[in-house]
Amino acid sequence: MKWGMSRGIKRATVYRSVAIALVVLALELLCRAGLITHLTMPPPSEIVRDLWKILVSGSMTGAILKTLTDVVIAFAAAVFAGVGAGAVIHRWRALRDGLDPLFATYYAIPIYAFYPLFIILFGLGDTPQILIGFMLAVVAVIVNTLNGLDRVPRALIKTARIYRLGPIKTAARITLPFAAPYLFTGVKLAVAYSFIGVIGAEFIMSRSGLGYEINFAYNNFDNAIMYPLILLVMLAATTVNMTLYHWEKKLLARRGRG
Amino acid sequence: MRQSWRPARNAAILIAAILVLWQALFEFAGRHALTPPFETFRYMAELLSTSSFWSHLAETGRAFAVALVIAITLGLFIGLVLGLHRLSAEVAEPVLVALYSIPKITLYPIVLLVFGIGVPAKIAFGAIHGIVPVAIFTMNAVRNINPVLIKTARVLKLSRWRAIRFVLFPAALPEIFSSIRIGFSLTLIGTLLGEMFGSQRGLGFLLMTAIGLQNVRVIMAVTLLLVLFAAGVSTLLLTIDRQLHRRV
Repeated sequence: MKWGMSRGIKRATVYRSVAIALVVLALELLCRAGLITHLTMPPPSEIVRDLWKILVSGSMTGAILKTLTDVVIAFAAAVFAGVGAGAVIHRWRALRDGLDPLFATYYAIPIYAFYPLFIILFGLGDTPQILIGFMLAVVAVIVNTLNGLDRVPRALIKTARIYRLGPIKTAARITLPFAAPYLFTGVKLAVAYSFIGVIGAEFIMSRSGLGYEINFAYNNFDNAIMYPLILLVMLAATTVNMTLYHWEKKLLARRGRG
Repeated sequence: MRQSWRPARNAAILIAAILVLWQALFEFAGRHALTPPFETFRYMAELLSTSSFWSHLAETGRAFAVALVIAITLGLFIGLVLGLHRLSAEVAEPVLVALYSIPKITLYPIVLLVFGIGVPAKIAFGAIHGIVPVAIFTMNAVRNINPVLIKTARVLKLSRWRAIRFVLFPAALPEIFSSIRIGFSLTLIGTLLGEMFGSQRGLGFLLMTAIGLQNVRVIMAVTLLLVLFAAGVSTLLLTIDRQLHRRV
């Protein structure tokens, strides 16, 4: 049974790889045949070659580091603030009642619309971009933390009380570990949202970073820089997310067996 | 009865808290950074009474409506097809998840190169944002349908179309509605982002120009309008959504 299942998943992986390879190949052929003009898109092989050149030359290293630093700051702040806020809101019923409508509609609000305001408040430095990434990510962490804490069995909390654990020890040793799979969902979303927030904000208006460089290259019709950088962003986001996706599956599988 | 007005009371408290915070932020940061709540509402009403603003609004509204129809139709179709075929779903799911989590704004130059500057590019960009989440949710909704229902449809020898029409779709409806709710918000964001670049009309364009001119009044009023619209529709959809989930 188990063997059959893992073989089925492997088969899906093979099909997926073949499908992606075919799409890339088709793009390559369309570009080479001139059906997609060079002004619209260079062939994938050329994009990869240009990306390699850019990475080796080091011309974009500054932009890459700047973006990654901002993403990491936004992400870390969102996870710490989100788990902390989640734990507090969970214990404080009235606060939760008040915030529930906000959480329910939060992701319907175009957060980018606040970006102009942040630029006026904080200037064109890194702060507005980090703030957008943070704002996109933090609520996902809060909501998933609450979701996880809601599912902690009463028996565990009572056990903590019997052992006279304080609120912080209870959280560190019992409730947060129990809620780990839900927290992980929040963390996973936080990664994606900090990427989306920071790069999106850079793209809209900023003076540096990958989003800025892509927009700059677009305005100069510089496909030899634009496409490789887009590819780089896609690769980075996909790699990080797929790693987390598999990690989460493993975590859930272990929890299921345990 | 008590239950039914509680959410309304919570929302009222939240709105009051936001207004107080907003006013406090204004006192702290000053007029060059933001406008106070009352003034912003008044200026928003003023904008809404001018015809030039309405032409921008109509432009955004039209692009958003078309993008939403495309996103929901294609998303439902993709989700349904994948959900009904186990192997296809396994093949496609990680790809869809990856597409969901990439910063799609970086793809916008490609959309502009393909569609040219103008309305189609905005629509395409809005639809791109919406299709993936609608497809993911629909796919999972169909995959998670109680197998007994599917077996019953088979026992009753329903044709494929009738099985979808009378069994699968109604069974998955609450989840499908959730997917449409999420698709709505993301398509709106996508359309607005699309308008911020390579566009001469629409609310996104107004925002972008206002940033350039540091026109705080316009930024605040347009942002407020967008937030009110998004939060209003989303609350409505959420109410229907919860009703649907309760019914099942």
